[in-house]
Amino acid sequence: MISLGIEGTAWSLSVGVVDEDEVLLIENDPYIPKEGGIHPREAAQHHSERIGPLIKSVLSKVDKVDVVSFSQGPGMGPCLRIVATAARVLSLKLGKPLVGVNHCLAHLEVGRWKTGAKNPVTLYVSGGNSQVIARRGKRYRVFGETLDIGIGNALDKLARYMGLKHPGGPRIEELAKRGKKYHELPYVVKGMDFSFSGMVTAAQKLYDDGVSKEDVAFSFQETAFAMLAEVSERAMAYLDRDELLLVGGVGANSRLAEMLKVMCKERNAKFYSPPKELMGDNGAMIAYLGLLMFKHGYETRLENSTVKPDFRIEEVDVSWD
Amino acid sequence: MQQKRRKQQQKPEKIYLGGEAEVRIYADYVEKIRREKKYRITELDKILRENRTRSEARIISAARKVGVPTPLIFDVEGEKITMERIKGEPLREIMNEELSRKLGQLVARLHDARIIHGDITPMNLIYSDGKIFFIDFGLSFYDNRIESKGVDLHIYFESLKAYFDDWRRLKEAFISGYSSYSKAEEVLKRAEEIEARGRYVERRLRNA
Repeated sequence: MISLGIEGTAWSLSVGVVDEDEVLLIENDPYIPKEGGIHPREAAQHHSERIGPLIKSVLSKVDKVDVVSFSQGPGMGPCLRIVATAARVLSLKLGKPLVGVNHCLAHLEVGRWKTGAKNPVTLYVSGGNSQVIARRGKRYRVFGETLDIGIGNALDKLARYMGLKHPGGPRIEELAKRGKKYHELPYVVKGMDFSFSGMVTAAQKLYDDGVSKEDVAFSFQETAFAMLAEVSERAMAYLDRDELLLVGGVGANSRLAEMLKVMCKERNAKFYSPPKELMGDNGAMIAYLGLLMFKHGYETRLENSTVKPDFRIEEVDVSWD
Repeated sequence: MQQKRRKQQQKPEKIYLGGEAEVRIYADYVEKIRREKKYRITELDKILRENRTRSEARIISAARKVGVPTPLIFDVEGEKITMERIKGEPLREIMNEELSRKLGQLVARLHDARIIHGDITPMNLIYSDGKIFFIDFGLSFYDNRIESKGVDLHIYFESLKAYFDDWRRLKEAFISGYSSYSKAEEVLKRAEEIEARGRYVERRLRNA
């Protein structure tokens, strides 16, 4: 069975194709803001212009499609609507079933699929999301999450302040490698929740006070990632789990992955992360979750296919293993 | 002296590797050790371990003074706290509305004394001798702001959601106990706002 998935919850626009065993194809055409952060309307404009050619290109490379999957949320409303419209049209045109999926769950399930993690604590880190998730029975639960902004947005905000171009995360990572001196920043962990906005303000102040970009980037990463490692470890201790799965765009940051690896090693746990092309937002993860759900009897009727900008992972009934 | 000798002879019955500290449980005392976390850089590691150990020991005593059951502290050296072992049942295993209500009364006392617990969950509490003991003040600090107290309750409510299917009733019971605190209404209102806030921020970013 072959599933085609469309992803476009934020700046990324991607179409992927998978079968039960492997990812067959991923094609991306991301929106890149000329300056500043993401403008949802501009992103949606980009998606609406590019989605047609992107789907056409993917269809020309596959023999058949059995299921059309799309990310129904969470995400930016205007972007989600473009994706949902394209998915509906494609489903009708091909006469194939439609499956709307939860974007966060797609990250998590594609991670489990490709790494073999069984019942992990998952750290999901991206622009807008930063959550510690674990499954309990038929639902995934968010055990800890940011009380304000996601780690990716925090990195972008700091990057923009220091005059770096989009995407800010990778640029901060590069600078941080050359940082030497650690400057203390507010370390905010409350239970399994955490917060980044005070840290961004404090880091901006360091920069204003003449601390080098390298040292600001270094101090910021060390503090923020230590917080994420600590809450991940707390969740693992709390739930008595010995697997950690890292997913989401910020998961591509090698310093974060390294810290989590060390943490897992110290407590005899296994660390997993999917290959880079499946780490950030991509169509293959949507295609995979769509396939998984369809095989377990899920299908999204047209009248239920409206977008869900605030779609929480807890809302999904999980009937698979 | 006797205490010291006993320590040397005993082997821990159980070692619990928490997210933040290692807890070694002996027959009648407990050692809480904040070991080096190799994933953190040394500078940050040192700051966190020292600050948390010092503040935890201080707050455990302060909490007892306002009538909140806590273990007695035997010793604090470097990153290690030695304290009384409270034998009882983890609240998580015997949770009910009555206990959640009692807990609400105790948290009211902490907040009245400006103590923010920082990690109120049924895992961190032990029921012993008819009393609920707070055994972990690892993330506690002093603060009198409504915001901090609101976050404190938010964490507890979230942990109820994560663990109990009947969390709504447990939450209501807690609220009835907490209402003995003079600023209860304000704090509870703030806790509700905090719950909505994360999602509000996301929504604003998305629909801007």
